[in-house]
Amino acid sequence: MTIYLDGRTLTAERGTTVAAAMLNAGVTVFRESVSGEARAPLCGMGVCYECMVTIDGQRELSCQTLCQPGMRITTR
Amino acid sequence: MLGDSRVSAAPDVAIVGGGIVGAACALECRRAGLSVELYEQSVIGGGATAAGMGHVVAMDDSEAQFALTHYSSNLWRALAPELPAGAEYLPCGTLWVAADEEEMAEVFRKRAFYEARGVAVEVLDARQLAEAEPHLRGGMAGGLLVVADCVVYPPVVAQWLLDQAGVTVRREEVRALADVPAGVVVNAMGAKAARLTKGIPVAPRKGHLVITDRHPGFVRHQLIELGYLKSAHSASGDSVAFNVQPRKTGQVLIGSSRQYGAENKEIDREILARMLRRAAGYMPGISALTAIRTWTGFRASTPDKLPLIGPWEGRQWLATGHEGLGITTSLGTGRLLADLITGRTPPIPAEPYLPARCRP
Amino acid sequence: MTEFDLIVAGAGPAGIAAACRAAETGAKVLVLDNNPAAGGQIWRNDVPAQWAERLRHVEVRGGCAVIDDRVLAHGVPVILATGARERFLPFPGWTLPGVVGVGGLQALVKSGFDVRGKRVIVAGTGPLLLAVASLLRKRGASVACIAEQASRSSLLGFAAELWRHPSKILQGAELGASLLGVPYFTDCWVEEAYGDERVTRVRLRGFEQDCDLLAAGYGLVPNVELALLLGCTLHDGFVTVDAMQRTWREGVWAAGEVTGIGGVERSLVEGEIAGLAALGELAEARKLFGRRAAWHGFGASLERTFALRDELSTLARPETIVCRCEDIRYQDISRWTSAREAKLQTRCGMGLCQGRICGAANEFLFGWSAGSVRPPVCAAPVSDLIES
Repeated sequence: MTIYLDGRTLTAERGTTVAAAMLNAGVTVFRESVSGEARAPLCGMGVCYECMVTIDGQRELSCQTLCQPGMRITTR
Repeated sequence: MLGDSRVSAAPDVAIVGGGIVGAACALECRRAGLSVELYEQSVIGGGATAAGMGHVVAMDDSEAQFALTHYSSNLWRALAPELPAGAEYLPCGTLWVAADEEEMAEVFRKRAFYEARGVAVEVLDARQLAEAEPHLRGGMAGGLLVVADCVVYPPVVAQWLLDQAGVTVRREEVRALADVPAGVVVNAMGAKAARLTKGIPVAPRKGHLVITDRHPGFVRHQLIELGYLKSAHSASGDSVAFNVQPRKTGQVLIGSSRQYGAENKEIDREILARMLRRAAGYMPGISALTAIRTWTGFRASTPDKLPLIGPWEGRQWLATGHEGLGITTSLGTGRLLADLITGRTPPIPAEPYLPARCRP
Repeated sequence: MTEFDLIVAGAGPAGIAAACRAAETGAKVLVLDNNPAAGGQIWRNDVPAQWAERLRHVEVRGGCAVIDDRVLAHGVPVILATGARERFLPFPGWTLPGVVGVGGLQALVKSGFDVRGKRVIVAGTGPLLLAVASLLRKRGASVACIAEQASRSSLLGFAAELWRHPSKILQGAELGASLLGVPYFTDCWVEEAYGDERVTRVRLRGFEQDCDLLAAGYGLVPNVELALLLGCTLHDGFVTVDAMQRTWREGVWAAGEVTGIGGVERSLVEGEIAGLAALGELAEARKLFGRRAAWHGFGASLERTFALRDELSTLARPETIVCRCEDIRYQDISRWTSAREAKLQTRCGMGLCQGRICGAANEFLFGWSAGSVRPPVCAAPVSDLIES
């Protein structure tokens, strides 16, 4: 399926989480921390919030969200 | 050694309670040349100081309330440049929101009150209000901006005041004020003050708050509904009001609730929901924000809504009863208390706050 | 939810076992989990066929976090199977992209993260290191090394006890075969991670190693927050249960890693007992006590073997971030004497994770215990707190 990340087009397998799809696309900056550090997934299981992104306008944990066709993801 | 003998000697003043009121009293007493010890069993600023919103506000409920809040607010503004970053000082002003024409009349009454006393205010009409706070729902009548009000993070300020004071903090529980060795013992225990000083009319009044994730710009001023005093927070019974605050972090702090007779600190899910519904009624977008934490705290309320500052009996003094204004009035309380102890003339008349008014 | 006879919070092995056993007595069972689907962490996207088949008679709602005590409002028994999360310890460089948990990397791989050709260092402690290294190899990664902080002697002691658990020996043998040729170091841990945009090199005790990913995890921490909110009591950090897996809160049972760490078999048998007991099938539940006792013994030897060594508390430098949500550094918090004091004075633990990551670290670094739990148990939309 096709999803959109910050204007880029990514392909993702069914059953893949947004976090996994982003990692597969080589994304290293999921969010910028309070002091400006780049952050990417740590816990992989919905605890640490490092992988939070905006999905179709909502702030979501990318590691807990399955890819859906046409999803629009932005890293802030 | 001189230092050793001073440690063992009783101090001039012992302050019981390490909230922001106790910390401010400690600093002002030190500045007045007194030796001071402070007793706090738990963490500094861990009670109502941590639970409150940290709103510094000039209030117009009564002349006495205005005098103390206005004087204290000026002290806060003077202190602002010195405060550490963790104090999260934010000069956002207070915006009193009028939902209808009846509340708009209150806007004009308040403007007259503040202007007559030299407080800078601006009346906002419906359009100006919507521009000032785009996330308010449409159809509001207007508002009154009290320009110089501000917001702080009180636990950090409490600790900073103590650091400035350089006082000894004793991490022990005080069971009886009479046991505390000092020339003057100040009960600054907030809502728990009546446990140590029997017979004072200080009762806990429970409140709930919710804080969100960082949503910078969602709210720009401390927003309070004008129904706050006249209807929502009546003298008795449970009540909620729209009272929302921007934090320097970009977080949104959502209040407020008031409950008498609620002694346990658990979250009351019903009143929390009522409070949030009220907030969402004024700012619908609040529903979609991410809530990180909820908590409760206890205000030290008094029947006449004025604090108790001054001598009570024997060596016992009081600095409590600040209700929901303890952050604002902490700095003024410290000055008044230190002046009264040392016999100096206070900067504002102390009579309205003297505990003697509460003797049976 | 009133149409259900039982609500299970958590769809990992314990929750699945509880739900299946309960459903097989004819009960209508609802399982809630904040992950997208059933499986928990160990079985993420990978529930074994026999359990998946049995789970067909259970309603599982994924993406559904239990945030407060409304789960008790339906008047039906509740089983807490909220599992565990990883403990992370701060070291210089641990916030770099590419530094992930061991269980964290396992979860990401099972969620579709393609690790083919990636060089991975697996470090920390516990049997999970081997299981994850094996998974990574199967998925085409190159495991550069495995660094286990426990000592060689304690691991030998652990191996000597394994005869009590033949299935574990078999698993161990399979793991060993799948990891042939992978350097395995005991008494070894990560001291620092280097990189600009992401981790590229790691200094371990005694040597450096290039990599694309560093997986580092220091054991498991039970997810007791919901249990605490519901009024359950804890013992040594785990939910206290009786022989029937019943907690001290009326109407609430608990099973799996929330009551003690000890592997999937332990979680399964506890879940089965809880599922039966919560519906009053006590005789059936009792038949499982023997099996549970064996796995409790296994859990105890795990804890002994993989206890964290003191050196791990000295890795953070003054400027190393401890609270990743708020970017609070070691030097900011080391002055304070409790988690609450550090929180009020520095914002440590005030962020979106509610102090779950730094809290477990600070428990080890400073001996600080976590604060009280209030709703929402995890960050949630304000609207979730408005609905009644």
